[in-house]
Amino acid sequence: MNAKVMLIDYNMGNLFSVENALINIGADVDIIKNVPADIAQYSHAILPGVGSFRDGVKMLRLSGWENALKDKIIGKIPILGICLGMQLFAEYGEEGGGESGLGVIDGRVIKGRLKEGEKSIHIGWNSIENLKKNRLFFDIHNLTDFYFVHSYHFTDTSKEIAKVNYFGGVPASVADVEKNIYGVQFHPEKSGKPGLKLLENFLLIQ
Amino acid sequence: MLKKRVIPTLLWKNIGLVKGEKFDSWRRVGSILPAIKVYNAREVDELILLNVTASIDKNESDYTEISRASKHCFVPLTVGGGIYCIEQVRELLLCGADKVAINSALYSRKELVAEVVNRFGSQCLVGSIDYKIINNKAVCYSHSGTVCEHLDPIEWGVELEKQGVGEIILTSIDRDGCFSGYDIETISKLSNAVSIPVIASGGANSYSDMLQVFQETKSSAVAAASIFHFTEQTPKEAKGFLDAHGIAVRKTV
Repeated sequence: MNAKVMLIDYNMGNLFSVENALINIGADVDIIKNVPADIAQYSHAILPGVGSFRDGVKMLRLSGWENALKDKIIGKIPILGICLGMQLFAEYGEEGGGESGLGVIDGRVIKGRLKEGEKSIHIGWNSIENLKKNRLFFDIHNLTDFYFVHSYHFTDTSKEIAKVNYFGGVPASVADVEKNIYGVQFHPEKSGKPGLKLLENFLLIQ
Repeated sequence: MLKKRVIPTLLWKNIGLVKGEKFDSWRRVGSILPAIKVYNAREVDELILLNVTASIDKNESDYTEISRASKHCFVPLTVGGGIYCIEQVRELLLCGADKVAINSALYSRKELVAEVVNRFGSQCLVGSIDYKIINNKAVCYSHSGTVCEHLDPIEWGVELEKQGVGEIILTSIDRDGCFSGYDIETISKLSNAVSIPVIASGGANSYSDMLQVFQETKSSAVAAASIFHFTEQTPKEAKGFLDAHGIAVRKTV
């Protein structure tokens, strides 16, 4: 595999498992804390993250990653946002009092409204549904289970490529194919074989 | 739809895997790394790794061992045992744990949950409640079943939810390792009383026991150790059985 991955460390956790999964599938991965001068050496970027939208945006701004993402990374090389990482692509997030996101995928991030019998955190294995054909999900079937952990979610968006049945049905994955922006609400690094397959698929996108 | 989970529990003392009965009579059954690899190859839903006497032995978890093992784990891994401060939580998360389970420290350090949740989020914290039935009443015990906390596990569970834990694992000390079936009554009461996921633990003897938990309580998951270590039964077969009886479980090819 020829991919050289920039795994963005903006102090919002979740790095180890993602790094481990990438190494396992044969990727060359660097965890980058400070915005690198030489982004050109990287073929792919991953924005991980666990935690609140507001904290995530704050950390992206403080670290300088917000500008680097908007100016030098998004639209230039394929980027995959995982969990909070995907949510940060939104225009706006209401968690923690409300904050603007990177604004590269239409939609907002709101707190999940519980349906009958649901818990306030969506934790566990759930299936992707309404899967649209996309390179990210190559060889992964509709109704495959992935591991979700979140209580906020994307609203309806024109870029949805898979849905998950919780909180009334919310985006599980988004993609802007032209700009090579991909996002997954679930944790592929913790979803067993299908998760590793998805990461492999991402690394084959050019 | 959201699936019910079957979670093998690996218990360890020092660096060996053990299994006990009613939190006593520990027998060594192997070492961690091979167990993690095998369960991972067989695509379990999740794994729980508990250092069973850390709270009384006062041993720090073996971070190197956990780091090494977690590299082979591509499903969520919860690590617990003897955790009493945020620095340990940070170390364990850096070692590859996705969640930490805390039990004894919660009774004496009321601010610990808030500290952990504010820094790392609710999703990484599982509140662990052990209990015994004394004179027909369920009572919480800490420190590997040696210290009576004089609290009702249902009330304590509600309190932990209020403090911000993401999930609760409820373990019946009396039934642990005894193949006597899960304590449906207490599990049911707790899963009705809280709105966060409850993981039922202690007593699984057969796949029917697990089915009973999902049919008669609102538990999100069952955890089991002895049934998988000492019998021929497997998590995969357990899920096949549950699926055949109409319980939504994760299927793997």
